[in-house]
Amino acid sequence: MTLALIMEATAHLHNEDTTERLTELARQIRGRIIETSHRTGTPHLGSCLSCVDILVALYFQHLAIDPTNPRAADRDRFILSKGHAAPALFQILAMRGFYSEAMLASYGEDGSVFAEHPPTPAHLPGIEAATGSLGHGLPMGLGMALAGRIQGMNYRVFAVVSDGECNEGSIWEAALFAAAQKLERVAVIVDFNKWQATGRSRDVMALDPLAEKWRSFGWSVCEIDGHDMRQLLAALARVPDGSGKPIAIIAHTVKGKGVSFMEDDNNWHYRIPTAEEVLSAKRELGLLP
Amino acid sequence: MRNAFAEEITSLGIADSRIVLLSGDIGNKLFDRFKAHNESRFYNCGVAEANMMSMAAGLGLSGLRPVVYTITPFTTTRCYEQIRVDVCYHRAPVVIVGTGAGLSYAELGPTHHSCEDLAILRLLPEMTVLAPCDAVELRLALRAALRQDGPVYMRIGKKGEPILHATEPDFAIGRAITLRNGADLCLIATGTIMSVVLAAADRLAAAGLSVRVESFPTVKPLDRSRLDEVFASFPLLGVVEEHGLAGGLGGSIAEWLARRADFKGRLVTFGTPDEFMHEVGSQDYARQRFGLSSENIAATMLRHWRAR
Repeated sequence: MTLALIMEATAHLHNEDTTERLTELARQIRGRIIETSHRTGTPHLGSCLSCVDILVALYFQHLAIDPTNPRAADRDRFILSKGHAAPALFQILAMRGFYSEAMLASYGEDGSVFAEHPPTPAHLPGIEAATGSLGHGLPMGLGMALAGRIQGMNYRVFAVVSDGECNEGSIWEAALFAAAQKLERVAVIVDFNKWQATGRSRDVMALDPLAEKWRSFGWSVCEIDGHDMRQLLAALARVPDGSGKPIAIIAHTVKGKGVSFMEDDNNWHYRIPTAEEVLSAKRELGLLP
Repeated sequence: MRNAFAEEITSLGIADSRIVLLSGDIGNKLFDRFKAHNESRFYNCGVAEANMMSMAAGLGLSGLRPVVYTITPFTTTRCYEQIRVDVCYHRAPVVIVGTGAGLSYAELGPTHHSCEDLAILRLLPEMTVLAPCDAVELRLALRAALRQDGPVYMRIGKKGEPILHATEPDFAIGRAITLRNGADLCLIATGTIMSVVLAAADRLAAAGLSVRVESFPTVKPLDRSRLDEVFASFPLLGVVEEHGLAGGLGGSIAEWLARRADFKGRLVTFGTPDEFMHEVGSQDYARQRFGLSSENIAATMLRHWRAR
């Protein structure tokens, strides 16, 4: 199915109000992430900003989750397999009510549960897997999907991986297994921002053509603009898509998205913004006059 | 031993619908009965152990009781980080089974030997480490492992190991089992090398010594109260394992002992040295090559006994 057809078929799932609301939320979350990075000295800003829209589409529209009952057996599972984008996830889980926003004040403090990567589910509501070592989240998600199938539950499992993470052999082990078992309620979303920690992801490893790789591994693949809410919601609505295949959403993104001086500049994998940079970023995001 | 494992996991799987068996492309015929009874709960995960171990963690975090089964190096060293992060850090109730432990697969070469597993697995927080000495202990250990709330590693032999327990002993994780009573010296062992240790005890008995034999099916947590007792009672104690001298049962007892000033008991350890075996041979050959024979154990203990 082409993306245009998917969007037509799923038009009832969202309207202009929804996409505007989600876009506005994403803008605010970008501002919070940048402020927190400055306040706490937390890196991986570029990686957070590239997946904010994906996370907002999932958490504020798509996932069947209940913050008041975060361990409900039939909930959809979301795993941030690229665990270094945890600063984005922490803001979103607080805004969705999994824990109080006041808790976030302890971010970066000694004794806080908020590490630079997600803690275990036992230590923070809303977290499904403590990631941070790349290539673990998607395989754990397959276990959760198998468990759902065995127990006759219809929940779905979504995992966001980075393009750099697709260097890990375990991602491709998982890709082979999910296709063999026809785990059609699993979706991997590749936050394809074309960078990894120290170089262009297509140069460090031969990643291209990434969509073709997933397709040839037996996944149902679509490519979207990972910053376009309508495309994101349309792609997520295809899980499962009836093909019997697991779904790979190749989300083309821009590292550092939303702030001109951070966009596609890999220095922001590790750089911490100055107070002045926070102000100009927030101005650009329309969060300050 | 692996046949006993297959039988036991099959009956446990019939009784408990939470049990899911993951195999790394081995033991297909072995698990035919398990599959016949629990078709939706057996997965051949292929030759992809990292994915298999992470999936086991995901299953364990979703209310099920996964059991991961393949040849020892591939269920330990091959996917160590998945065990550390996904299983142990999450405290997922996963039972990891390594078949062909120690030198069981001596003839397959060092890629298939496993003389580091007890050491590296016991280093991980939350992990319980088991090494039953025969099929009787194996069945009891497997039942107990599946009752645990957290991660368990269990190394087992291959096939044809002798039955050493005439009757079912009382079994609890973390508790040693006395196989023979004796008054002069004590031999402690874990895993299938126990048959060699019992033969060594026979040799020592023939030399006029009364030997206590302790089975330690649990390597972690150590049975400290049993150690307290035997180190207070015996002047000479030997620890035997089909595993490296570094970091296994002997290593953990040595760590424990070094923190105690009150015991005068002399500790002698038997295990494999800091080297790979480049010659080919049977398991018996490999054991003898590394001094894990009843002759060497008896002679060494006798020498220490006379020199004490």
